Amino acid sequence: MTYLELMGFGPTGWGPAMLRAAGMTVVVAVLGFLAGAVFGSLAAWAKLSRVRPLRWLADGYTTLLRGVPDLLVIYLFYFGGSAALSAVARMLGGQGFVGVPALLTGALALGAISGAYQAEVYRGAFLALARGELEAARAVGMPPALMFRRIVAPQVLRYAIPGLGNVWQLVLKESALISVTGLVELLRQSQIGSGSTREPFPFYLTAAALYLAITTVSTYGFGWLETRSMRGVRRA
Amino acid sequence: MDLAFMAETWLALLAGLPLTLRLAGWSVLCGGVLALVLALMSLSRHPALVWPARAFVFVFRGTPLLVQVFLIYYGLGQFRPTLQAWGVWWFFREAYWCALTALSLNTAAYAAEIIRGAILSVPYGQIEAGRACGMGRLTLARRIVGPIALRQALPAYSNEIVSMVKATSLASIITLAEVTFIAQKLIAQTFRAVEIFICAGSIYLLINIAVTRAILGLEYWLSPHLRAAPREPPASEAAHA
Amino acid sequence: MRIVTTLGAALIAVAAATGALAQGRTVRIATEGAYAPYNFTAPGGKLDGFEIELAAELCKRAKVTCEIVQQDWDGIIPALQAGKYDAIMAGMNITEKREAVIDFSIPYVQEAGSFGVAKDGPLAKLPGDGQVFNFDKDNAGAVKALEAMKPMLKGKTVGVQVSTIHSTFLDKYLKGTVEIREYKTTEQHDLDLLSGRIDAIFASASAIRGTFDKPDFKDYTLAGARFSGDVFGRGVAVGLRKGEPALKKLFDEAIASMNADGSLKALSMKWFKSDITIKS
Repeated sequence: MTYLELMGFGPTGWGPAMLRAAGMTVVVAVLGFLAGAVFGSLAAWAKLSRVRPLRWLADGYTTLLRGVPDLLVIYLFYFGGSAALSAVARMLGGQGFVGVPALLTGALALGAISGAYQAEVYRGAFLALARGELEAARAVGMPPALMFRRIVAPQVLRYAIPGLGNVWQLVLKESALISVTGLVELLRQSQIGSGSTREPFPFYLTAAALYLAITTVSTYGFGWLETRSMRGVRRA
Repeated sequence: MDLAFMAETWLALLAGLPLTLRLAGWSVLCGGVLALVLALMSLSRHPALVWPARAFVFVFRGTPLLVQVFLIYYGLGQFRPTLQAWGVWWFFREAYWCALTALSLNTAAYAAEIIRGAILSVPYGQIEAGRACGMGRLTLARRIVGPIALRQALPAYSNEIVSMVKATSLASIITLAEVTFIAQKLIAQTFRAVEIFICAGSIYLLINIAVTRAILGLEYWLSPHLRAAPREPPASEAAHA
Repeated sequence: MRIVTTLGAALIAVAAATGALAQGRTVRIATEGAYAPYNFTAPGGKLDGFEIELAAELCKRAKVTCEIVQQDWDGIIPALQAGKYDAIMAGMNITEKREAVIDFSIPYVQEAGSFGVAKDGPLAKLPGDGQVFNFDKDNAGAVKALEAMKPMLKGKTVGVQVSTIHSTFLDKYLKGTVEIREYKTTEQHDLDLLSGRIDAIFASASAIRGTFDKPDFKDYTLAGARFSGDVFGRGVAVGLRKGEPALKKLFDEAIASMNADGSLKALSMKWFKSDITIKS
């Protein structure tokens, strides 16, 4: 079979399956990135807090998640996740098992991993804020919530964009590891295809090309965001 | 939690440690050398050198390592007759060399950018000063650019080594019996995923803490001029560690 | 009637029109999708094979709605325990070790383990000639046949799927004689046999035959004696979580009824080209 027949859109072609799988890769990466934003901002807040146990907790989280292979973290979520959920359900009087869909497990695992990296990005961005602006906000009597919304959040996000771009690329590539949980994303689909046709090379090559396309598009996307967010900033 | 079981698991996992360390060590070393070459290529002004280096970095940083591992191991396996004709099959036949190749190429792409950034960060004034003293290119590289760039690159390189240690776990997927492989096997035998992964995770964490500490020590040792003057003479050189 | 979809996580929904309401639950069955002819993934990504058709028929007879999910082999038991699905139909044999953690239905098929090698390679003339030796019924004969093969196997690399009865067999009887290399799927050791990274594979005879029927493998053949009994267990069955007797009863009765009316044998003939059902 030629490459075009194999990856084509004919009755025995794997083209549609590969494209669908690429879509799944983007979906799981986006969900993982968003979950990581939640974990990451919580951890950043804890790291900046004056309460010592909170700081320890957040430091423990980032050290652990950045020091342990992501494959292990994914397995932990995959096998440990629904066992834990089932135990909770039983405690609440429910019965049987609570299954967690592979997509949710994958997104949460990616979220936990990327959260550890995002925490550092947010913390760095917060520290880059001009102290005077915070003092000024306090001086005009802004309550903390309003100060967060008007002063802190918009600027932290602006400073965080380059770092977040890096984390996004990381998440996108880490999403390939989710294939071990059986979620049919790009790499998993390539494994299925190469096992079935015994032609691994075209499948992995195509997967690599699709990943490259996704990362390239997102590099441009983040570049555009960065320029846009810096419109109001005077450049030296 | 069953401590006896955890202890037993930990010992079983240690059997994979030498392979994990070997993979991490060699790939950081080979990848580092390749990275230096790539960084110098992309800093040269010659397009025939700049573009291949950039393309390499682009491709290897833009695709997941696991895809690279599969492409090298199973993908190239498809071309055995050709590779045999070229006389390189003995190399790609072994899962170990395939894993090492993938890890080295991958880390080279990331490290090349770190090294390039570090070299570019050397203040121009210092290079000018070196030239003004009549230093040749090699002396300049050895005395001025090298040491400053090395110090500059260390924090980022420390992260890269840590991620390489973590990345060796992917070798488990192509039949190499390192720590993660043994962990997977134990799970299949005992079905106790959480405990086993806590044990395996702690092994990686310990390696990475050791790596980070060692590089922090190196950084400290390399930047005496950035430290405050000691109040009293230091007791011994061992204080640096 | 079977409706096959490839949506999302390559699910196959097997709908039995009447049973769904009567039973009021969906039974989720996991399969590997990489162990032809038991279960495999056809071009385009659909699951197919002996167990896919068997599952559809069993569910129809048990009057339950079934859904087939794909799951990698090395996590297939933990994920059953974690409740990701309710049953396993993935060419899984009943063994003591597995019975310690999960339940099984009555077995539906049973077959021997065999070596697969290159026709022009050093192992093509392994002694034994396809004869089946059962460790439980004729231990002396089985050990003798094994000893006869050992000199030729010495130092060779054999690929086997991780945590299977076949890897247990190699570990127990041939450790030290051959170099054992463990793979996540049988398809991966097939690829490495083809690329010459390993000298032989060890798997169930029908799975090897299923692979070697493909044109890529025309130069490969089954070789040596075949083995059953002992670590090979009591046959392939549906794996179930412990403490679900109702579900076990449904599967047991459906398998017995298919055995009785010959439809199981017909399925075996279709997918394995031989009758490997279990005669009582």
